[in-house]
Amino acid sequence: MNINYKIAKTYIFSNKKLTAVGVLGVLLGMSVYIFMNSLMVGFDRTSNTTVFKNTAHIRVYKDDEISKPLIKDSIAPYLIINPKIVPKINTIINPKKILQILKNDENVVIATPQVNTNVFYNNGKSQISGTAIGIIPEEANNMFDIKSTMVEGHLDHLIHNPNGIIIGSGVAEKMNLTTGDNINLTSSKGINRTLKIIGIFKTNNYNIDKIKSYINMPLAQQILKEGNTYITDINVKVADPETAEPIAAHLTELTGYNAESWQKSNETIVAAGRMRKIIISFVSFTILLIAGFGIYNILNMTVSQKINDIAILKAMGFKGNDVVRIFVTQAVSIGVMGVIGGVAMATVVITLLKKVYIGGDIGYFPINYESTKYLQGIIIGLVITFFAGYIPAKKAANVDPVEILRR
Amino acid sequence: MKTVLKTEKIDKYFHDPVEFQVLKDISFDVNRGEFLSMIGKSGSGKSTLLYILSTMDTEYSGQLHIDGQLVTGLPIDSLAEIRNEKIGFVFQFHYLLPEFTCLQNVMIPALKLGKYSEEEIEHKAFEKLKILGLEDQALKSANKLSGGQQQRVAIARALINDPCIIMGDEPTGNLDSKNSNIVFDIFQNLTREFGQTIIAVTHDEDFAHRSDRIIEMKDGNILAH
Repeated sequence: MNINYKIAKTYIFSNKKLTAVGVLGVLLGMSVYIFMNSLMVGFDRTSNTTVFKNTAHIRVYKDDEISKPLIKDSIAPYLIINPKIVPKINTIINPKKILQILKNDENVVIATPQVNTNVFYNNGKSQISGTAIGIIPEEANNMFDIKSTMVEGHLDHLIHNPNGIIIGSGVAEKMNLTTGDNINLTSSKGINRTLKIIGIFKTNNYNIDKIKSYINMPLAQQILKEGNTYITDINVKVADPETAEPIAAHLTELTGYNAESWQKSNETIVAAGRMRKIIISFVSFTILLIAGFGIYNILNMTVSQKINDIAILKAMGFKGNDVVRIFVTQAVSIGVMGVIGGVAMATVVITLLKKVYIGGDIGYFPINYESTKYLQGIIIGLVITFFAGYIPAKKAANVDPVEILRR
Repeated sequence: MKTVLKTEKIDKYFHDPVEFQVLKDISFDVNRGEFLSMIGKSGSGKSTLLYILSTMDTEYSGQLHIDGQLVTGLPIDSLAEIRNEKIGFVFQFHYLLPEFTCLQNVMIPALKLGKYSEEEIEHKAFEKLKILGLEDQALKSANKLSGGQQQRVAIARALINDPCIIMGDEPTGNLDSKNSNIVFDIFQNLTREFGQTIIAVTHDEDFAHRSDRIIEMKDGNILAH
């Protein structure tokens, strides 16, 4: 073993208390860093899962348009004094072609059409207003994972039953309905249909459960008195939800219709997530930094204590770099011990917390072993340790032996 | 006679608090195997001169040759290598590393030099301790020894790389007369038997007069060779 490392090792083990304090500092900082960041990833994942049960990554739809002047006139720009929304049907024209364009895009994983209809649910005297969504069951399931929210019946039965309906648990509760019962639907166009309930879903979000239901797309078109090309939305799923925003912009240009990313339609949730990220990153990094200060202090103390050793070593022919290496080795050794301990402790904490039941639609504590966060923590921890050691080491290297030895 | 150390017109100034010339036109030679004492009152510049000769102090004008090589103006890392290989130090205080055993303390400069394997170095270090009569203490921690013993370990450490010159700054300054005599005898023995060159700064008149050659300094000048 190199003599520099030998000396560093002796310093580490000759003052075990000091070393232990340093290691403990890094250990705590490290474990809190990994734990908090893993928790953040878990939170984000849970909140995204909740969002994606109801929102597509990208929704392509026909936006309302304000009437515009037909001729652009630079002298009198406003030929229309009181512009209004153009009375057009908000439907996508030639949806098959648009769908084909979307499906051909390399970023798009799934593209499925959807017809939204405002309806009244009637059962006897009770009436609830709500939204019936016309879907292609299989594609919609791939999109929103409807099957995972089903509490009664089966989504597949909708495929074979053109007059079937799957209702939210809130609707079922209010109207005292179960699978197999009939329910009457009245559309905004005044069409009445009696449908058979073939399933009930529950998203744990009551605002959705009490209004939403799923029907076959052709049925939705019928009760709106429309043909089979009437489509209000096309839902698009992309590989990485985080990239939805730029892809949405691209799809807007590609199709000519408004493509809205989930970030835009859920800005509150996205903003809350961003804030959480800033706070957790800041706090966890600060904690790691404090651990670095601990090492810095310990090294500074060691350098002052060993100033005679440093002087004699330099007199005997140790170079500045040798001295730096001795103290950086000491700091990094403390850091590595702390990092290993911290990783172990974070793993223990996460393992314990995973088993804690929270309730609601979250269920168990949303945390997991996030390897990227582990790696990130290890790297940041070691970098901080290195610099916490390097600064005092540099000071030690600049000690003038003559000054010390001539006393 | 081979010259191992040679100075030419060395001048040195202190700038703080006032400009003051500590060393004036110092030129002398030291031959191999010489046991040289530098004496003089406090402030005569003898210690300052020793630290210039040791290459640790580089702020001077003039030229310094060690073992036929001009060392003035070399980068500090090269000077460190020269110190490691060619100069052994004994100070008033022993400056042993307290966490290491005597043997390890003696081995450190040689491990730094890296010319021999660790086993060879260990063997050599043990031989040096034997010369100084410390073979029984080899595996003891350095801070468990008496003052005289510690100073002898420091001498063994100075000897480990078979340096051209051993430099001592008041090597007996912190020892009682009995231990002073032991250290002197060791030095004398080293020059007589091994042809070792020794330059020692001392206050001890007796020590100086028993050595081969005296350089007396006063006010930055050499009074007598």
